Amino acid sequence: MDFAFTDEQMMIAETARAFFAENATSERTRRAMAANGIDRELWRGFCQDLGFAGIGIAEEFGGAGLGMVEFACIAEAAGAQVAAFPLLGLATAARGIAVGGTDAQREKWLPRILSGEAIAANAGKWHVERQGNYLSGSFDFTPHGNIADVFIVSATGGSWLIERDAAGLKIETPVTMDQTRPLASLHMDKVLGEPIADHLGAVQAMHAGGWICLAAEALGGAQACLDRTVAYAQERVQFGRPIGSFQAYKHRLADMMVEIEQARSAVYWAACTVDEGSDEAPLALHAAKSFCADAFFKCAGDMIQLHGGIGFTWEHDAHLYFKRARSIQTLRAPGNWHREEIAKIILGDAA
Amino acid sequence: MKLGFSPAEEAFRTEAADWLNAQMSGPFKDIRGITTLTEKAERRKEWEQHLGAHGWGCIGWPKAWGGRDATIAQQVIFAEEYARAGVPGRVNHIGIELAGPTILTFGTEEQKARFLPGIAKGETIFCQGFSEPSAGSDLASVRTKGRLENGEWVVNGQKIWTSLAHISDWIFVVTRTEEGSKGPKGLSFLMMDMAQPGIEIRPIQQINGDAEFNETFFTDARCAEDSIIGAPGDGWKIAMGLLAFERGVSTLGQQMAFRNELDEIILAAKRNGSAADPLIRQRIAKAEIGLRLMRYGALRMLSNRDHSRIDGAALTYKIQWASWRRNLGELAMDVLGQAGEITGGDTYRWGTLPNLFLYSRADTIYGGTNQIQRNLIAERGLGLPREPRGDA
Ligand SMILES: Cc1cc2nc3c(=O)[nH]c(=O)nc-3n(C[C@H](O)[C@H](O)[C@H](O)COP(=O)(O)OP(=O)(O)OC[C@H]3O[C@@H](n4cnc5c(N)ncnc54)[C@H](O)[C@@H]3O)c2cc1C
Repeated sequence: MDFAFTDEQMMIAETARAFFAENATSERTRRAMAANGIDRELWRGFCQDLGFAGIGIAEEFGGAGLGMVEFACIAEAAGAQVAAFPLLGLATAARGIAVGGTDAQREKWLPRILSGEAIAANAGKWHVERQGNYLSGSFDFTPHGNIADVFIVSATGGSWLIERDAAGLKIETPVTMDQTRPLASLHMDKVLGEPIADHLGAVQAMHAGGWICLAAEALGGAQACLDRTVAYAQERVQFGRPIGSFQAYKHRLADMMVEIEQARSAVYWAACTVDEGSDEAPLALHAAKSFCADAFFKCAGDMIQLHGGIGFTWEHDAHLYFKRARSIQTLRAPGNWHREEIAKIILGDAA
Repeated sequence: MKLGFSPAEEAFRTEAADWLNAQMSGPFKDIRGITTLTEKAERRKEWEQHLGAHGWGCIGWPKAWGGRDATIAQQVIFAEEYARAGVPGRVNHIGIELAGPTILTFGTEEQKARFLPGIAKGETIFCQGFSEPSAGSDLASVRTKGRLENGEWVVNGQKIWTSLAHISDWIFVVTRTEEGSKGPKGLSFLMMDMAQPGIEIRPIQQINGDAEFNETFFTDARCAEDSIIGAPGDGWKIAMGLLAFERGVSTLGQQMAFRNELDEIILAAKRNGSAADPLIRQRIAKAEIGLRLMRYGALRMLSNRDHSRIDGAALTYKIQWASWRRNLGELAMDVLGQAGEITGGDTYRWGTLPNLFLYSRADTIYGGTNQIQRNLIAERGLGLPREPRGDA
């Protein structure tokens, strides 16, 4: 037992922090928001210059090895800058292909995805009917579905790989509140999906990866909200003193820190349980996803309040965090659902 | 980063669990499952000595002082197995968690030899004399006076809220030893024998009907000149160091007691059907999450090797667990319903869950109130401007 980062993990975290701080600037993120929610330069730099896209994916599949702890370090750093790029697709679809895909699917797609050449997405809520491997209906709320080249979709009894130009697939991109991660609908009319060999394995890997990714992004985001508000508290003066000297203000910041410290424990606990194949993994994953999302939302909301009017402007970054926090709360199932899963583990099914 | 335990550590777990279970089903069966600190105090002192005699008293301490040099992992395991076996809390927790580490850190070799083996053997029970009627959160305003006279410290004044003073052998007191000094200056940290005519205690009844704490009066009470920890005037520094230990290793044992409380709530919810209520299910799940995060926060804190920065997990720990437990008390009552508001007997004594509901109101007060914790977090953790301080 040693619940501290290794030197290598600290180096990865530091590299990621520096990379996102330098590249995922507010200006560049806003440019991506105004376009299609991806900073292509950032994505290329992340996949090619840093070579971080393969972290958490086994080397035999062209990944960089390492595990979810290292992946979480990266997602935390990305979340701190609300980086606009399809990281969640790496945590879900790419892992789904690596764990459950056929050899042909892995060979064709993983090298392209991990080099940044292709973007993968895992589809969201489904209302589909299937006849064999033909799917009809819709998959809604697919993160970065607007720009993905390949989708992993799941429905009862199976998962499939579907390419963007598949016959019968129409992609609709509604305006999304969090413009750093647009949610698309995939409308299907008898689209032929390529079955994923190990459907359940893939779904499990995508859940674990997705929940850890979102929880870690939330942790990074929440910490950034706190850090930025602390900085503001020291520079903004009212009633002749820095606002950070008012106890009501200080205490709210202290409460943010209390939540964030727990969120940090949650993320790395969950990541460790997955890496170590622990029985606690389901509980840890539901705990991390629900707790961190709520902690982030609280911090982002407080960030707006504690900035006063400037915090309500489009110009200030507070709304980027606030909207990201809201979307993390609902992506891959809301907190109440995760907590009910925990209740089932410890209480059994509701009679 | 790794959470699993090694085979050697698991072997240690088996050894500890076997021993604890054998005691709780054998010679100490009568104290198994007690959840208050006051019940069967005399038997619990015997239990302290029994632990000490078998080398389980203070396993994390150096061998030379009666410990086992246990690793952090072993201490974690022992704390977990201790509570799992239904062993009641340590009546000498103040000696083990506060006095001992203080002496280890600030005491002379002679003081270590004088006090530590007694604590490890369960023979010296300690209580804490910090708070006074006019010095609570503002601890630096203590008035109890100490002066040197013929090679002895002579102490006059009053402490209050002294937990377990009535069963303790020794007390550590923060006294003002520099005439005319104010605030944190001029304070000293003295160790005093309770068995003397100059120290008198009167119990104070608490909201749960129990009387765990006391008023402690000092009238020309005495201790030897070398019973001072640190130098005269170092009292504040030492008291602050001690309050930091309070958020250390000891928390893990406490967490396992929380585990037992939450398990009891889960059991009650299953029995009376409230386990089917979606809102109760959400709250139980939240409590479970909070408890797990406490464990992993404590493990982070214990695994931390970077002491150059403030450890956020450690700094936020007190308010985290205290608030969690207060919520747990409210959850317990909501699960029990009105059945929780009456006792089965004819005295004002409460079962585990109603008692948890009442007692947990103290958790957010002692050891630094939640408001004081927020001040500390904001000032030390976030670097915000300091609160006004009286005479400091
Ligand atoms: C069960 C129990 C056991 C205890 N055991 C011991 C013991 O063994 N030994 C010992 O020495 N003491 C003990 N205490 C005392 C405890 O440490 C004090 O009660 C605590 O420090 C608060 O002091 P006070 O009661 O004087 O409250 P006060 O300090 O008067 O506080 C009253 C209220 O004012 C708030 N307040 C005070 N200052 C500030 C500020 N700067 N900013 C914002 N709010 C503020 C507090 O948070 C609180 O809500 C025990 C207390 C309890 C309840």
